[in-house]
Amino acid sequence: MSENNSQAPILEVTDLGIDFGGLTAVNDLNLNVYPNEIVGLIGPNGAGKTTVFNMLTKVYQPTRGTIKLLGQDTAKMTTIDVNKAGIARTFQNIRLFMNMSVLDNVLTGMHNDISYGNVSAIFRLPKFYQEEKEKTARAMELLKIFDLDQKADLIAGNLPYGEQRRLEIARALATQPKLLLLDEPAAGMNPQETEELMKTIRFVRDHFQIAVLLIEHDMKLVMGICERITVLNFGMMLMQGTPEEVRSNPDVIKAYLGE
Amino acid sequence: MAFLSYLISGLGLGSVYAIIALGYSMVYGIAKMLNFAHGDVIMVGAYVSFFAMTLAGLPFVVSALAAVVICTMLGMTIERLAYKPLRQASSLAVLITAIGVSYFLQNAAQLLWGSDTKIYPTILAGAVSLFGGQLSISYLTIVTILTCILIMVVLILFINKTKTGKAMRACSEDKGAATLMGINVNQIISITFAIGSGLAAIAAVLLCATYPSVYPTLGSMPGIRAFTAAVFGGIGSIPGAFLGGLLLGVIETMAKAYISTQLSDAIVFAVLIVVLLIKPTGLLGRKISEKV
Amino acid sequence: MKFIKALWNPKLRSRTISYLVVVAAYILLQVMMATGNLSRLFTSLLVPVTAYTVAAIGLNLNVGISGELNLGQAGFMSIGAFTAVVVSALLEGAGVGALLRLAICIATGALMAAVMGWLISIPVLKLRGDYLAIVTLAFGQIIMSLINNVYVGLDPKGLHFAFVTNTIQMEPGGKLLISGPMGATGVSTASTFTAGFLLILIALAVVYNLMYSRNGRAIMASRDNRIAAESVGIKVSQAKTLAFVTASCLAGAAGALYALNYSSFAATKFDFNNSILLLVYVVLGGLGNMTGTVIATALLVVLPEMLRFLQNYRMLIYAIVLIVIMLVSNNEYLRLKMQQLKTKLTRKKGAPANE
Repeated sequence: MSENNSQAPILEVTDLGIDFGGLTAVNDLNLNVYPNEIVGLIGPNGAGKTTVFNMLTKVYQPTRGTIKLLGQDTAKMTTIDVNKAGIARTFQNIRLFMNMSVLDNVLTGMHNDISYGNVSAIFRLPKFYQEEKEKTARAMELLKIFDLDQKADLIAGNLPYGEQRRLEIARALATQPKLLLLDEPAAGMNPQETEELMKTIRFVRDHFQIAVLLIEHDMKLVMGICERITVLNFGMMLMQGTPEEVRSNPDVIKAYLGE
Repeated sequence: MAFLSYLISGLGLGSVYAIIALGYSMVYGIAKMLNFAHGDVIMVGAYVSFFAMTLAGLPFVVSALAAVVICTMLGMTIERLAYKPLRQASSLAVLITAIGVSYFLQNAAQLLWGSDTKIYPTILAGAVSLFGGQLSISYLTIVTILTCILIMVVLILFINKTKTGKAMRACSEDKGAATLMGINVNQIISITFAIGSGLAAIAAVLLCATYPSVYPTLGSMPGIRAFTAAVFGGIGSIPGAFLGGLLLGVIETMAKAYISTQLSDAIVFAVLIVVLLIKPTGLLGRKISEKV
Repeated sequence: MKFIKALWNPKLRSRTISYLVVVAAYILLQVMMATGNLSRLFTSLLVPVTAYTVAAIGLNLNVGISGELNLGQAGFMSIGAFTAVVVSALLEGAGVGALLRLAICIATGALMAAVMGWLISIPVLKLRGDYLAIVTLAFGQIIMSLINNVYVGLDPKGLHFAFVTNTIQMEPGGKLLISGPMGATGVSTASTFTAGFLLILIALAVVYNLMYSRNGRAIMASRDNRIAAESVGIKVSQAKTLAFVTASCLAGAAGALYALNYSSFAATKFDFNNSILLLVYVVLGGLGNMTGTVIATALLVVLPEMLRFLQNYRMLIYAIVLIVIMLVSNNEYLRLKMQQLKTKLTRKKGAPANE
């Protein structure tokens, strides 16, 4: 086992499950994510990967099991609490603030990191200018990482697809998470863009010292950057292991290719 | 006994609201728009039947049929000219256009027929006397309630049994999928407006028979009430509109009788708010959830 | 020069234009009045136009920026208006001058409407979409219906209140301020065009400064994508409440300004039709576009008066104009053409998109 496992996990998922109207979508999922690692969550379509993300971020309330974030049970937390506690995410079907500028999208991610109130804003007190200046500088740094700093003033909805995906990651990072959930970050990207994205994800992990849990269909990306991989099939955990173990597991091959 | 009498007259008023609300609800369910001009179609129906009786001397039933025919055509024309070009536009744009149509109808009526109040002829006088005269129910109330029930039954059969009705349900679920199944969505929307407007004409006749004054803004208040009734029951749901209309009529009548005439408006809307807080999509409305 | 340049940069330009339009219109109208080029009718419309503009700016924050349909804005105007009537009478008794009286009335009217807006927002904002719209409509109706039944009198002993039936018995020298369906009576007017003009500038400043701040971004983010907003830790209902309450507050200020322009007016001045009219101004001016709101409000309040030569046909023409504007502005073909023209123009200038 890797050295990471000596540390306490950031995320501890135990026997997690959810039913929708009597149908079990995810069952008996156990998953740990340790500081600074990149973990992949893969599986055929409909395996319940996005549902797992939705449970982790409390968009859905799990039916069974526990989710612990930095040792703290999230059972009573809302989506907002979970974000404050350190999980940020992107969405499979991009969910940007499409009518706002690229810069404002990232600044919106810093919502809970800004302390001035409505009075400072409406009367434009010095506190407002000072803090806006600070956060704008930080937002521009983030945008630079994703090569979007030149497009800061454009409307997010007008960006090409690949850039929208990158902006979504930048916005998630703006909330200063300890764990970043990426839902198919490479979807719709060409091989070259995907290559770039891999580098960026690694850089982000090292630079911000965070853990990454990602859902992806692009096997090159998954095998290339994930240190550990969890495979889901029909809402059940099929196996967990290193990329090599996953690649050579006959069950996984069967699940993907069918009988 | 007084309570029973109020209850029955409340059901009578509620039946009229229910018939109007059905039109609102069907249009909302299929075209996903709040048709604020619906109330003014009622007004046109009232004028048509009024003139058919007084000027042309036609019997009541024939006048009512004339109103239904004219309103049906009016509804389809409005849809074709004002709403159809806005199929892709924001719902707010359609709402404002509907308001424009409402102003148009009111002002056109005022120009054509004057702003003075016209007295609707008495259609059906007399009442049934029950319990040795302690309770009297007017024939008109009975006819109104029966008409409403009949409409309700016919509509439910139509929606569930006929091909057009099924197509309507498909359109309200998913217009894109309906188109792929070979349903002519534009035609279905047009038919929905036709039915809604025809019902508005029936409501107009029943309304004016009960409250016999005809004037250009006649439709505004019943329009808002019926809209409230539709939301009350769960907008888009046919049984919901029926239930919402009846309840609203009863609540309004009871509030007037037992609390205060002046405050009946406030009470009706307060009840609506309470209902929505408990059931955010109305009494029989479906829950809406977003896929993430 | 550097300051002017800063005001004209792409981020601030739309705001600068708003203020410039208002100031220019004010100067122009003042000159016209001084030179006797403004008819009595138009002069009498100046204060109502400014009042409606302020209420419409607030409504645009709610509908355009926050993205929630509100069909009860006129109800909040009436709260401001009737609060102002009572406060004004009290201040007059205390010998406060007209200007200060107006300022205090606007402030209290705004405050009362904001408090009501906040109380209402607690249950209302749990609902979504059309259901929220109908509840704002319902609240507008309730407010009007309640005010229609309120009686307030003032005599040397102080204020007297009655509800539904006028049971107020006053000492000699007392006067009835609000008398149920008759509305406010015997108001000493204090509103001026200049006051209205300043109130528009304040409303613009409040809305813009809020929009381009932490909570303004939260409001817009909640409109654009509720789920994503929550995922970055934004309390969506809190953001929507802020927009709703600010909108109510501005409507209250507008109502107070309107009230002190007339010696008497009824609660029906602020009925459902007025809420709808305000919404029409906002939609025609463009959702989220404050300059558009100012222009659309001014034009549409004045339009029926300009159409007076059409006599009985004027409201009919007004309705047709409204429908045609909506059909034309939403025409797919025309919109595409406009967009092409826009990109052509911006590409020439090489300017990035504005905020």
